[in-house]
Amino acid sequence: MNETPLWASESFWKKMAIWVTGVSFVILIILTMDSLSQTEAGGKRVPAYAIINKKIDYQFNKELNKSVPVIGEDEFLFGKQLTEQEAAELVDLGKKNAQTRNCMNCHTILGNGAYFAPDLTKAWLDQGWLSKDLREDLMVKFLMDPENNARTFGSNRKMPNLGITEQEAKGLVAFLKWMSSIDTNGFPYNFKTIEAEEE
Amino acid sequence: MSTTKLDDILPKPASVLDKARNLLKDFKAWVNLDINNLTAGQQLAVKYFCVAIILFVAQILFGLLSALQFIYPGFLYGILDFNVNRMVHINAMIVWMLYGFIGSIYWLIEDESGTDIVGLKWANIAFWVLTGAVTLVVLVYLFVQTGPGKDSSLWLINEGREYIEAPRWADLGITAVMLVFSYNVVATFSKGKWSGIAGVLTLDLIALVGLYLAGMFYMTNITHDQYWWWWVIHLWVEATWEVLVGVIMAWSLIKLLGARRKIVQTWLYIEVALMFGSGILGLGHHYFWIGMPEYWLSVGGFFSALEPIPLVAMVVHAIYDSGVHAFKTVNHPALAWVIAHAFGNFFGAGVWGFMHTLPQINLYTHGTQWSASHGHLSFFGAYATINIAFFYLAIQHWRGGVWMAAGTPNAWRWKWALGLLNAGVVGMTVALLIAGYEQSFIERAVEGSTWSGYFAAQNQPSFQWAMKWRMIFGWVTTAGLGVLVWDLLTIGKSEERKAEKIVIH
Repeated sequence: MNETPLWASESFWKKMAIWVTGVSFVILIILTMDSLSQTEAGGKRVPAYAIINKKIDYQFNKELNKSVPVIGEDEFLFGKQLTEQEAAELVDLGKKNAQTRNCMNCHTILGNGAYFAPDLTKAWLDQGWLSKDLREDLMVKFLMDPENNARTFGSNRKMPNLGITEQEAKGLVAFLKWMSSIDTNGFPYNFKTIEAEEE
Repeated sequence: MSTTKLDDILPKPASVLDKARNLLKDFKAWVNLDINNLTAGQQLAVKYFCVAIILFVAQILFGLLSALQFIYPGFLYGILDFNVNRMVHINAMIVWMLYGFIGSIYWLIEDESGTDIVGLKWANIAFWVLTGAVTLVVLVYLFVQTGPGKDSSLWLINEGREYIEAPRWADLGITAVMLVFSYNVVATFSKGKWSGIAGVLTLDLIALVGLYLAGMFYMTNITHDQYWWWWVIHLWVEATWEVLVGVIMAWSLIKLLGARRKIVQTWLYIEVALMFGSGILGLGHHYFWIGMPEYWLSVGGFFSALEPIPLVAMVVHAIYDSGVHAFKTVNHPALAWVIAHAFGNFFGAGVWGFMHTLPQINLYTHGTQWSASHGHLSFFGAYATINIAFFYLAIQHWRGGVWMAAGTPNAWRWKWALGLLNAGVVGMTVALLIAGYEQSFIERAVEGSTWSGYFAAQNQPSFQWAMKWRMIFGWVTTAGLGVLVWDLLTIGKSEERKAEKIVIH
């Protein structure tokens, strides 16, 4: 009677721990390989960087019951068509700035980060930029001198001046435009874009 | 002005140093701790604990500054902006917890392996290298803050990835230190004896160090960037760290209560199986909205919903063992903090995590104060508590194995520290949860997640009140920390009685 049953024994759970960990890790590796290949820039979920030459929108799809990115006709960024190489370089400059300027410790990017300032996932499409004609210019000006172009929406929270140069600001705009084209499985929900207001 | 005059005005560096030295001497005389009560490994461990507590204080200080900026956005604007304060707040937290873990392990491996630490000289060098690096990183955070969008900024200033912002040079340094640490652990157990606790600890450390490497690369593709970033953050705090505290708790229960090794180790294996079985694929709950394929909604939702189960097991385990031993322990504050850990881990990581982990609700809560609410209770409940328990264990030995059970003089201090810290964190958690609910409704569901929707939610009275309550409970937490530090410095100072010998049964 005093014998420990198998299910309560140390050796059983030791084996169990090893097997469960091993199997979970192998599944994770397989899913990782699949996920990374499905999300290379240039695929269906994460478009190529040259997508910044196109009009991007984010619309509710009734069939899928979620919002999805919608890619439209040509709409060059800063009035210039870029090759994939040029676009990649510009987006890269923006992405690097997003890190070195520590954006993520106030904003969220794809919903991750801090909660002191708005989410940047679909910032390119936000109605806060008033109209599509003004948008690029407003964004660059704001990034270069946020204090004097403050958009506080009555909160008194102002972005600090981070010393962003004009080229870097353009890179950030390119990064934001590219990011808005990523299929994020419907996040953020119920988002009304700048395009929706104009139509 | 002649140089002689200048010399008169400026304090001489030597005299400033002398003053500092005298102050330190006075402080040491007041604390009156005898380092000879500790083994060489324990002496190293308490160095880690001292830095951990300093960083804990820094975490709270910068948390207070960030919380104030939610109420007064103009406070320190352009000097110490929110992004800097918040970065130091969360980095100090991660690093002090790591210091606590490393210290705890240096403390327990001699006892567990039955031999002296192998490579102690290297371990001591590693401690000073790590501490120097941490100091330099924080100084750069505070005084340089951000840099131009170049690789050199990523290498020298800030990598800008939440929780692992430390620049690349520091990443390499941290990895080198962790390798020395892993070498100490493996070599010590190899020289002495292995055990179940030793085996789990070693494999977990290898995973922990390996995972850190996943966070050291720059990628333009933000989806890939965040994919690997979560490998570090999630697989640290929701998998390998949890197993690490499982190890620390298992060993502590033997030492504090005299729990039997066979029972403790069986529980440890159960926890590892459940923790890794749910936590590794539970990683998927971070992949819902970052551009990853849709199957992560099912995989992440399912496995992360299982994540509370091992935490229930840990509560049962800790309470069961305590009950079996009629809560009779040689160190009251340490056991109280172990119990606080078991419940804090379950509620903070388990319940608060589960509440918003399913994609159907996470669509609305992701990126709101919900996450902050969960973060506060889980990091405190799961990790701060167990480290504090270990600090009490260490101070008892540092005082020469004195009595710390019933009838300890000034026991009100540790009780008040326990009460204030727990009440403070729970209060902040609830305030942030209310803010999170409000944001999910107003910003997400009603307003449609736009910038104007975001600010509409931030400007709501219920949100603003929540921020004020968070601030108040932040002060309660600070008071608790003050009492805790005071108590750790003084507990057992005038105690003559020796602790009872613990009997394993």
